[in-house]
Amino acid sequence: MTFITKPKLHHPKLPTNHLGFTRRDYEGAVSTLCAGCGHDSISAAIIQACFELAIEPHRIAKLSGIGCSSKTPTYFLGNSHGFNSVHGRMPSVLTGANMANRDLIYLGVSGDGDSASIGLGQFAHSIRRGVNMVYIVENNGVYGLTKGQFSATSDRGSKSKRGVPNNDEAIDLVSMALQLGATYVGRSFSGDKAQLVPLIKGALLHQGAAFIDCVSPCVAFNNHLGSTKSFDYVREHNDAVNRLDIIPERSEIVTDYEPGQTQTVTQHDGSMIRLHKLTPEYDPQDRVGAMNFLQQRYALGEIVTGLLYLDPEPRDLHAYLNTSATPFNELGEAELCPGPDALEKFNASLR
Amino acid sequence: MKATDIAEQDYFHKVVDCQWACPAHTPVPEYIRLIAAGRYADAYMINWKSNVFPGVLGRTCDRPCEPACRRGRVEEQPVAICRLKRVAADYKGDISDRLPGADVAKNGKRVACVGAGPASLTVARDLLPLGYEVVVYDGDARAGGMIRSQIPKFRLPESVIDEEVGYIADMGITPRYGEKIDSLKGLLAEDYDAIFVGSGAPRGRDLDIPGRQEAAANIHIGIDWLSSVAFGHIDKIGKRVIVLGGGNTAMDCCRSSRRLGGDEVKVVVRSGFDEMKASPWEKDDAMNEDIPILNFLVPKAFLHENGNLTGMSFDKVEAVYDEKGRRNLVPTGEPEVVIPCDDVLVAVGQENAFPWIERDAGLEFDRWNMPVVNEVTMQSTNPRVFFGGDAAFGPKNIIWAVAHGHAAAISIDRFCRGEDVTERPPHQITISSQKMGIHEWSYDNDISNDGRFKVPHADKAIALNNIKVEVELGFDDRLAYKEAERCLNCDIQTVFTPKLCIECDACVDICPMDCITFTENGEEADLRMRLMAPALNLTQDLYIADGLKTARIMAKDEDVCLHCGLCAERCPTGAWDMQKFLVDMAKAGASCNSH
Repeated sequence: MTFITKPKLHHPKLPTNHLGFTRRDYEGAVSTLCAGCGHDSISAAIIQACFELAIEPHRIAKLSGIGCSSKTPTYFLGNSHGFNSVHGRMPSVLTGANMANRDLIYLGVSGDGDSASIGLGQFAHSIRRGVNMVYIVENNGVYGLTKGQFSATSDRGSKSKRGVPNNDEAIDLVSMALQLGATYVGRSFSGDKAQLVPLIKGALLHQGAAFIDCVSPCVAFNNHLGSTKSFDYVREHNDAVNRLDIIPERSEIVTDYEPGQTQTVTQHDGSMIRLHKLTPEYDPQDRVGAMNFLQQRYALGEIVTGLLYLDPEPRDLHAYLNTSATPFNELGEAELCPGPDALEKFNASLR
Repeated sequence: MKATDIAEQDYFHKVVDCQWACPAHTPVPEYIRLIAAGRYADAYMINWKSNVFPGVLGRTCDRPCEPACRRGRVEEQPVAICRLKRVAADYKGDISDRLPGADVAKNGKRVACVGAGPASLTVARDLLPLGYEVVVYDGDARAGGMIRSQIPKFRLPESVIDEEVGYIADMGITPRYGEKIDSLKGLLAEDYDAIFVGSGAPRGRDLDIPGRQEAAANIHIGIDWLSSVAFGHIDKIGKRVIVLGGGNTAMDCCRSSRRLGGDEVKVVVRSGFDEMKASPWEKDDAMNEDIPILNFLVPKAFLHENGNLTGMSFDKVEAVYDEKGRRNLVPTGEPEVVIPCDDVLVAVGQENAFPWIERDAGLEFDRWNMPVVNEVTMQSTNPRVFFGGDAAFGPKNIIWAVAHGHAAAISIDRFCRGEDVTERPPHQITISSQKMGIHEWSYDNDISNDGRFKVPHADKAIALNNIKVEVELGFDDRLAYKEAERCLNCDIQTVFTPKLCIECDACVDICPMDCITFTENGEEADLRMRLMAPALNLTQDLYIADGLKTARIMAKDEDVCLHCGLCAERCPTGAWDMQKFLVDMAKAGASCNSH
């Protein structure tokens, strides 16, 4: 870890967004993770995405569980709301917060241990309920804080730092998210910000359950020969199906690409996602096709990345439950506590 | 772009902007760290070795280092380098045991120096320890040259001059003070192995406009007047004074006038305020002493009655730029401006004057009637005669005189040993890692957020009352520490080893200044626009490294790097390291084939 604070001075030509903030204004404290940790790159990508979208920091709530990944919300968005929950319980806390105040943007940050082991049930249910959130798993395939045991997302046959192979089948969170009905599903790599930043931006604008699995090499315990989550392995086996540009509602489309190579999808909020197809036959709006494609490529040892599935018209949990459109903190006492007469009436309706 | 050759001797030197800008290439960050550590004597000796007159320069240097200082590009003001140098001189204590003594075996060679100013004294200091007999001639009775005769005592106390000139005198100069040389041929006829001309630019330019002759009694040439003041021949001036000229001499003239009875002192300049040659801080100091600076006024005539000066008239002009960007001062057509005055000081420039060099002494003169001097060796076309300081290429400043002196001393030494003077000894470069532990460096890498600290000044009423009261009081140790902490340690270089890099982006993410980019290679102009932040300062290099696994390059824009070392702290593989680059500039006596 680094003991000095990051200097306040910044590049004199650093751009500002339309709120007048620079990217530096979206930073948090200096990371205490190991030098070179992929998670720090994901933090930088989140910072960049929020800066580019010019999100007011107080409109974001960042929630996490326990683990290396779950420490990272301290290192970005220092002026946003934050909640560091119990191990694996971030999805329930996030769901509760979302139910109470639907006006915030919910950013859940988790890891492969937090989401694929202790919190697997929480992960699954928050996705299948369609909570409007961005759920990022910083996936390094090891338990870094306990010195490098295989995690549940470690591929079968992947070797530990000591050369011992993993015999257990890996949980693929992307396949699970697709099967469980996430309406925005992507996978990326901490070492490829050009792909990761727009993927996060698209997820932040998405009005449903958005899930991003981000492979993030653990330089301390999982960046060796024989690991399937090392920088070298991921770079060699990265099968990116598309690149994307996020075009917020206000902006005009200025760039043009070869016809047939691009696909523009308008999301519910009016923002547009422009996809540059790298694998022409891949259709990110075909959920079953996506699941098949993932399994085929996985069998070949490839890591499929990009925006893998998008439902531009998602429904979310608030719609299913018909909840109040006004956040609880804006309701008065009369609405929140309607009194004994209302309770009596309600009870009577259940008799 | 091609990968950067960081072993090339100037590459990292250029990154140390202050040192690169300094004519003598004083290792500034190195001595500033010593000042922060309270090691004032060590800081002083680094300066003394490099620039010979740290106490003098710490008060009077033109500071080419400060406009170059990287700090001035990342916030508002550069580090107060010059005033920190003075701190080292003020608090060093007794350093006499660190100086080379006079007890040196003589080598039998004799060198004559004409003029006892900073250039000649530098030559003497460099050559005396090598066994040369150095004979120094000067028309004045004491050594120091313009340092003593032209710089007012309220900027530079006599004790500081005596001390630093004394260090060199104590090394065994053979003084011939009070002896003005009036014939180079005569000197050449004497038994000298080499002659160094460091006679300065002693002639102040005059202003030949109507009334000059008639009112001559109250019109003075600036540098002559300053020297008369310095030597106590003049101790008063009229109440209303006009100073003509926009250079540092004009600033010294007007501020001296304020102390000798001038209540209404005005500086009148032909050009605009920003184009004035005077250093910005000298203009500030003058204006702080209630001296207005009037711009765009061209002197027209000295006005006089019965042989007494009554004032001056000026034409108003404005700056007009032609299509080539050249400036012309064009009359505005407004009525002339008349400023009444009792005395005028003319400080409109200085010239070299060599009436004592016979044109058949074996020296070529150019079409401006200046001796032809080699810019590297300082040798004239008479191989036995060398030049330096203002005498070489016209008026510059003390630090240039010192740099010329070092170069001339190298040449004289090589010439006297029968070696080729065009072959120059190499500078000694040391580069060493500053890593002390995983996150520990041998320098303070935490960046101070403080703005530049002001040097305390003496009370104005007291200062204006006595021409010998020094205006600037200098930093105390507490302020000096805080100012020293503003230094970005630009000599601690970011050194990148591509084969260790795993391209994890940790350095890119942590860099507070967006200096580092990993990208596809390209032409420089294209690359400069594709970096994390556009590299628009073309005077600053891009550090390019190739040999990465993804075949991309690492491009670092040196421009605004804080040298905070966070890239190296966050690097998991040690591909980045912070290494101190020290360059010991070659001095006389260094061998050409030592590496």
